[in-house]
Amino acid sequence: MHLTSPEALKRLKSQLVRQRKENKSVITVCAGTGCVACGCAAVSAAFREALKENHLEEKVEIKTTGCHGFCERGPLVVMRPEGIFYQRVKPADAKQIVEKTIKQGKVIEKLLYRDPQTKQLLTYEKDIPFYNKQERLIFGMNGHMDPTSIQDYITLGGYQALGRVLVSVHPDEVIEEVKKSGLRGRGGGGFSTGRKWASCRQAEGEPKYIICNADEGDPGAFMDRSLLEGNPHAVVEGMIIGAYAIGSHDGYVYVRNEYPLAVKNLNIALAAAREYGLLGADILGSGFSFDITVSRGGGAFVCGESTALMASLEGKIGEPRAKYIHTVECGLWEKPSTLNNVETWANVPTIIEKGADWYRKIGTENSKGTKVFALTGKVNNTGLVEVPMGIPLREIIFDIGGGILDGRAFKAVQTGGPSGGCLPESALNLPVDFDTLTEAGSMMGSGGLIVMDDRTCMVDVAKYFIHFLLEESCGKCVPCREGLRQLHEMLEEISRGEGGVGTLDGIERLCSVMEQGSLCALGRSAPNPVMSTLRYFRDEYLAHLEAHRCPAGVCKALINYSVIEENCTGCVVCKRACPAEAITGEKNQVHKINSEICTRCGICLAVCKFDAILVE
Amino acid sequence: MTLPRAPLQQILTKYPPKESSLIMVLQDVQDAYRHLPLELLVEVAKALEVPKAKVIAVATFYKAFSLEPKGEVEIRVCRGTACHVRGGLLIMDEFKRLLGIEEGETTSDGKYTLEAVNCVGTCAMAPVVVVNDTYYGSMTVNKLNRILRATKSSKTADAAREETE
Repeated sequence: MHLTSPEALKRLKSQLVRQRKENKSVITVCAGTGCVACGCAAVSAAFREALKENHLEEKVEIKTTGCHGFCERGPLVVMRPEGIFYQRVKPADAKQIVEKTIKQGKVIEKLLYRDPQTKQLLTYEKDIPFYNKQERLIFGMNGHMDPTSIQDYITLGGYQALGRVLVSVHPDEVIEEVKKSGLRGRGGGGFSTGRKWASCRQAEGEPKYIICNADEGDPGAFMDRSLLEGNPHAVVEGMIIGAYAIGSHDGYVYVRNEYPLAVKNLNIALAAAREYGLLGADILGSGFSFDITVSRGGGAFVCGESTALMASLEGKIGEPRAKYIHTVECGLWEKPSTLNNVETWANVPTIIEKGADWYRKIGTENSKGTKVFALTGKVNNTGLVEVPMGIPLREIIFDIGGGILDGRAFKAVQTGGPSGGCLPESALNLPVDFDTLTEAGSMMGSGGLIVMDDRTCMVDVAKYFIHFLLEESCGKCVPCREGLRQLHEMLEEISRGEGGVGTLDGIERLCSVMEQGSLCALGRSAPNPVMSTLRYFRDEYLAHLEAHRCPAGVCKALINYSVIEENCTGCVVCKRACPAEAITGEKNQVHKINSEICTRCGICLAVCKFDAILVE
Repeated sequence: MTLPRAPLQQILTKYPPKESSLIMVLQDVQDAYRHLPLELLVEVAKALEVPKAKVIAVATFYKAFSLEPKGEVEIRVCRGTACHVRGGLLIMDEFKRLLGIEEGETTSDGKYTLEAVNCVGTCAMAPVVVVNDTYYGSMTVNKLNRILRATKSSKTADAAREETE
């Protein structure tokens, strides 16, 4: 099918919507990477089998969709149109779901979600606190469509914004609309998207390039992956609108090689868009041409930085360059280039379709719209959450996230990836937006929220990030390359309980040099994890240095494992599991750990079913 | 040892012969030969008209590439932040002990390569281990032996995962 005008696209949409109405019940099976890891493919197969057995293949449709966000409870199955929400579905449950829910309209209680706070069983997706506190502007479509079907996207209103723009809106007006919406870059920088586009449009030089940054390297962030996997057309449509506004005919998506499903679904989406006349030459008969090439990254964190990414697209090593040369004027192959993050591009069709005035109503004064966060770590409901900007951290972690795992105490939340920082309990009431998080010593970054409890050591976390950045530093400038190495050494010392209080002064001086002297954002923001933990958790550093204690029980050199005698049943499980053979004791007798031999590997703690292992 | 050239020739026809194809060509070579043999890098340089030194620079800069052959089974332990705070380090230590190799090494029989990756993007299932293309979420140290056993029999991903449940 090749659409030659926006009218033809509208007609196709109405036709598809009509078809869908006549249509039947749908079993949606989440096939985001999280649910794939829980075995959702077997669940889909079991449904197909069960429908066949009951001769319902014609009446009921199975839709494998992108990520629904509630990864903790996967594999997820939602029965539409009713919206019945089944969680942790096993292949063996498929038969029962078909026979009970589909044929008799009965709900299967054992597969429902139980609200841990109210202890109530919840039948519908819309009633689950994890979902009903969210505002799913960008992510909402994921659970309703097969990401490999362009028809699904069109049925839900996809590409209509593009159709309207191409025939009736001047590129300058598109840019004005995006400016007015207040959209800021979702990759972390938070720069005004509209202003970026305007500079690129005005820049001299041809051709101009459009780039989508899908090199989601921040550990703990996976919203870009889930968007590309679950709704690739939204990103593609955003890019085409951006290209029209800026006057570009060539686009690139630079996607991590670690995301094979995202690459696959994106390529399927691009091929379909070309076939439908939505991409390539003479889009929808408007005379405007634009195409997109997918480029797989080589696995370097620094390539998430815009200039390093462009170097990598050119086939070079991913080294950043100085920022006084703006990429909007001199970017890819030294031509004007506009680079935006996946989530930013995915916001564009919504803004155009619903208007900047509508969009501006969501969020805070300087941060508009919604943000997708990856909520992970020691929290009950891990997954992807989309909330309006300005919502307090507490609501995300405790209302949507359901509080801390195993009822332990909250200690910190890490935001912004390796360039961000750790915020303590006192910061939980802060509204989440670009500026507030920066003031608090962290940053929005790409939207990772990693929750930490009292068993997480802040020195260890700082050391973890510095080690990460040390490995990922490209090595071009000295403050970053050598600074990280020294920082890591000093943090290693602290985690062994060595060094004096002077070590902390040394760390602070070094951090300040790195902040001022590094070439790109990787080096300039590298001290953040250390500085923020020093700011809020200095006592914990001092406990390591002065009392030679790791209060969280993490740093191996400072902890001991022992058996809590009252709890030990003498079951020998830990004794058998201990690789160092450091545990002694007969069956049914209290065991002992020989701390001389013990390697602090933690296996005994992991295998003990009676909470009989003490770490201190 | 001369390596078969057919896979390389096929890879080179897939991309336009220019510098911007380099990374993707090398990725395909890495997949086909499980490493980047020097003799092939020379041919890639010639075909794409890129200086040999630049090809080597790219081949050694990016994590996705290895100049040494990798094992049949690639075990990648995620070292993302979420995995770290949920005990990813213990998983790595236990794999090292079970396989008798260090991070980044391959067993002498060429069967296993053990690597750490900086986040595979399934943080909600932390800690995560990826064995070839199969994701294992919510890992604990006592499940690792079963993963290794599953790699020995030629089980499907789902069957192997069931076994670790």
